[in-house]
Amino acid sequence: MDTRLPVEKTYKLFIKGEFVRSESGRALAVPNESTGGITQVSRASRKDAREAVIAAKAGWHAWASKTAYLRGQILYRLAEVMEGRRAELCEARTQAGVSSDEAREEVDLAIDRTVHYAGWADKISILLSSTNPVAGPHFNVTSPEPTGVVAVVPPDGGATLLTLVSTVLPVIVSGNGAIVVAPERDPRTTIVWCECVATSDMPAGVVNVLTGLRSELVPQVAKHMDIHALDLWKSDTVDAELAKSASVDGAENVKRVKVRDAQSVDWASDDAQGLSFIEPWLELKTVWHPVGL
Amino acid sequence: MASKELATVTQGTALRPPKHGWQYAPSPEGTDHFKLKPRYELFIGGKWVEPQSGKYFKTINPATETVIAEVAEASAEDVDRAVRAARAAYDTVWSRMRASERAKYIYRIARRIQERSRELAVVESLDGGKPIKESRDVDLPLAAAHFFHYAGWADKLAYAIPGRRARPLGVAGQVIPWNFPLLMAAWKLAPALACGNTVVLKPAETTPLTALLLAEILEECELPPGVVNIVTGAGVTGGAVVNHPDVNKVAFTGSTGVGKRIQRDLAGSNKKLTLELGGKAANIVFADAAIDQAVEGIINGIYFNQGHVCCAGSRLLVEESAHDTLVRKLTRRIENLRVGDPLDKNTDVGAINSRMQLEKIQELVAAGVSEGCMIHQSHAQLPSKGFFFAPTFFTGVSQSHRIAQEEIFGPVLSVITFRTPEEAVEKANNTHYGLSAGIWTDKAAKVFWMAKRMRAGVVWANTFNKFDATSPFGGFKESGFGREGGRAGLMPYLNAEGV
Amino acid sequence: MALKKKAVSTSRGARSNGHAIVKPGSQDEALHLPTGGDRRRHTYRPPHVPPVEAVGLEERAASLAKRSIKKASKLEGLKMAISMMDLTTLEGKDTPGKVVAMCRKALRPHDRLDVPSCAAVCVYPNLVPVAKRALAGSTVKIASVATAFPSGQSPLKVKLDDVRRAVEFGADEIDMVIDRGAFLRGDYGKVFDEIAATKEACGRAHLKVILETGELGTYDNVRLASAIAIEAGGDFIKTSTGKVQPAATLPVTLLMLEVIRDYVDDGWRVIGMKPAGGVRNAKQALQYLCVVKETLGDQWLDPDLFRFGASALLNDVLMQIEKEHTGRYAGEDYFSKD
Repeated sequence: MDTRLPVEKTYKLFIKGEFVRSESGRALAVPNESTGGITQVSRASRKDAREAVIAAKAGWHAWASKTAYLRGQILYRLAEVMEGRRAELCEARTQAGVSSDEAREEVDLAIDRTVHYAGWADKISILLSSTNPVAGPHFNVTSPEPTGVVAVVPPDGGATLLTLVSTVLPVIVSGNGAIVVAPERDPRTTIVWCECVATSDMPAGVVNVLTGLRSELVPQVAKHMDIHALDLWKSDTVDAELAKSASVDGAENVKRVKVRDAQSVDWASDDAQGLSFIEPWLELKTVWHPVGL
Repeated sequence: MASKELATVTQGTALRPPKHGWQYAPSPEGTDHFKLKPRYELFIGGKWVEPQSGKYFKTINPATETVIAEVAEASAEDVDRAVRAARAAYDTVWSRMRASERAKYIYRIARRIQERSRELAVVESLDGGKPIKESRDVDLPLAAAHFFHYAGWADKLAYAIPGRRARPLGVAGQVIPWNFPLLMAAWKLAPALACGNTVVLKPAETTPLTALLLAEILEECELPPGVVNIVTGAGVTGGAVVNHPDVNKVAFTGSTGVGKRIQRDLAGSNKKLTLELGGKAANIVFADAAIDQAVEGIINGIYFNQGHVCCAGSRLLVEESAHDTLVRKLTRRIENLRVGDPLDKNTDVGAINSRMQLEKIQELVAAGVSEGCMIHQSHAQLPSKGFFFAPTFFTGVSQSHRIAQEEIFGPVLSVITFRTPEEAVEKANNTHYGLSAGIWTDKAAKVFWMAKRMRAGVVWANTFNKFDATSPFGGFKESGFGREGGRAGLMPYLNAEGV
Repeated sequence: MALKKKAVSTSRGARSNGHAIVKPGSQDEALHLPTGGDRRRHTYRPPHVPPVEAVGLEERAASLAKRSIKKASKLEGLKMAISMMDLTTLEGKDTPGKVVAMCRKALRPHDRLDVPSCAAVCVYPNLVPVAKRALAGSTVKIASVATAFPSGQSPLKVKLDDVRRAVEFGADEIDMVIDRGAFLRGDYGKVFDEIAATKEACGRAHLKVILETGELGTYDNVRLASAIAIEAGGDFIKTSTGKVQPAATLPVTLLMLEVIRDYVDDGWRVIGMKPAGGVRNAKQALQYLCVVKETLGDQWLDPDLFRFGASALLNDVLMQIEKEHTGRYAGEDYFSKD
């Protein structure tokens, strides 16, 4: 007998640069379309979400304090690592039910999109800053800064690797820390992608991932007072009602909440990338200083 | 009990401080991790081709005056071949390629430069004489950074010129100087390629080697043939590049004299031109400045790269009340500059790039002395071979002295005093150059007041000689026009047509 | 050393600024808070010091840290570093046994290697007599921290008693702490007076003034505190107690050396410098020596003018010396940990 029993991967949460099980000990069964079996993934709890916020806050501070150039280098490194792990990324997608050809095409797009965002790191401020000709003896300059901790709820269903990078990278490229509520139907892809993140030299806590039930997790991140913004993509597991209540909850600490419909974007096209995806997660700061002797 | 135990312990040997001071042993950077070829051909259309004339010139190590390699001398015919290769690559490949794919080639180049950075740094120091610590810590990281930065622009050109369609110009002819050979190649190539142009680049005749190693890197990166062509040679070759009728864009960095000639030659043609020329920067120190950091800024401003820097702070304008303190500190400080073997990791001031340049420096210093300025020179022991010049500054200099007017392009500083900020502005701007300026004061409002009045393209406040891929660099007045770095650095390579 | 022998006038050294009359033992004395009627306190004018540009200072320190020290100069530098070490233990759990072992190590840092003795040991006052016995007849000095080390938050009388006791016990050198609370609330006069009073209490013992730079917040404050310490009579200025992070850093040390240089250039007496805490390995030690050499010159590379306050540094230096001799990296288990 030369058959060999494969060693299966355990899918855990990704918090503060570490892969951890849910403190609740609960798991969620996700079907594996390529084997017909199931995968048990961690079902994150409120306490896991709380830990993720603490991690994201630290991640934001560490990440935003790096130079834009270094952030760009690290995102480019992420693209390099994704290229090296393309087989695993493809496999994760076929396990979610897409064909090998579709998976390969999607992974290509996701890697190229990562390269695209790597190039943004040191251009955001160039394009969004201004020196303002105020009517007086003052030097006056406006420049963007990251908002802080941003919860991202990427689309569920569809090209979940491409939509993941297309929603998370524009949030973090400027220096924000992110908490990602993974697609419920295909959490594996997000976790495999986190393995790329974990080996890309990105500081711990910049990207944190919660897997589990979105009906549980979305309200938790929407209510958390230390999360400054919420990027919510309506899709299979986030209906209009859930999105609405999250928007209402977000008002408690004046969160920047953006609710969009995943169907409204052609994710494979160049329209699904660029500055307009980055800009919502920035704050503008204006500094005045006198000019004189 | 304690003292009993100690009875057997004898004291360690007494040590007195070294009599002649503590000297740093030589610490030369290794050269065994790469091998240069004895002869380099021209890089045209993705191939290494012999020059039609069969002529080669020697490139020497200015620190030892020994020959490093032979390099092909490109004639007008060779340049024509290069331009034709660039045109073909432009028409068939580079201008048609998806911008995001173009970006990935440029990222590859950036990465390769990082990977081979030590080799490139050593060759830069061998061929040009600059201290290894500078080529290692300044030239190479900045060169890679320029490629990274502009790689990211390739697919974002529409953001750079909103409301207009960004199109490349075609073939760019680029002529670069000997003071930052690889870095200047990066400054020129990166934005040109990002915008979709193809290039014929001519490195300086005294420092061609790193550009040729860069050509090897382009090969390794599988850059399509003809996108970048490198033709080596002297002024005649450069003239052939800028005057070739099928070149759409000319970029030149070098002396103001040559820049003017190029501008005249191109008059009436449709070629787009940018020039980055000489400078005679004022480094202005107020009495309220952070004086010790100002001293470092002055030292860096004039002795960095042996003063072979177009934006060097070659005129020190100091508020009269701070003059004596500053001169005392400078006198002390220049003695600590280690002059010598460029490959020694502790060398602060390396070799002058060429005998010709050394003679020019010597001539101007002699003029300073004969015009009655007071010379202060470090007592550094200069190597017996090679081209070296001790760090020097002059006090008692006034605006009319030759050393205050002419660009020396060497480790020579002129100290001039002023009494009021207005006077500082007047003296700083009293030159036909306008590349850079430095301002040292603890009062930020004064920084902005002064900066507003400086007729210079780059103003450093409480720092000096800072460069970054995101930051535009270039001059006012006879220091040239056009900017390199950042968004502005794209403009010279784009045809920004209205929609 | 030529400078030292000149023995620059001490008349401009320790001086009192003649203010700060507070009834001894009162609560006012404890905190030395200004009262409404007391205007004299404000007559103290701290020395004028030029501003510090932090980025430039750190760049300069970083560039000096890149000096490449190899072969003979490395060996020479490492031995020099040992000869400048104040081998230190300042723990609540210090015992005579620990101090004796440390003294042994200071006397003869290694049994095989040809290395000098350390400059001094540095201990709490209670352990000075132990060190005194252990080091009798040697050139190794005894330094003791005093003045309510490490916080300095006690009345002056208590601090001065602390100093006198340590000197009586046999300390050759006193490492005092400045009152950072007073400094940060702007009561520079109190800082000055306490240093001057401590200097007086030291008698023949040398005075090192610990600024605790990690609590001063800015380089400008470090520069001002250094100047006050020098003008008030300190023989050495010292960065840190070792109890606060950050302790000694290269930029802070560079800055303090620049202050010393400025005073020396102005004809003031010579002042020593002691970075303490944070210098843990041989490479760092060499970086500090480069900073000294290129700021004050070779004459400052002398245990009378430059010291390292450290505990873990010695073994790393010894390991590096052994490596220079044998060509192989040493293992830490081959060096005694005392």
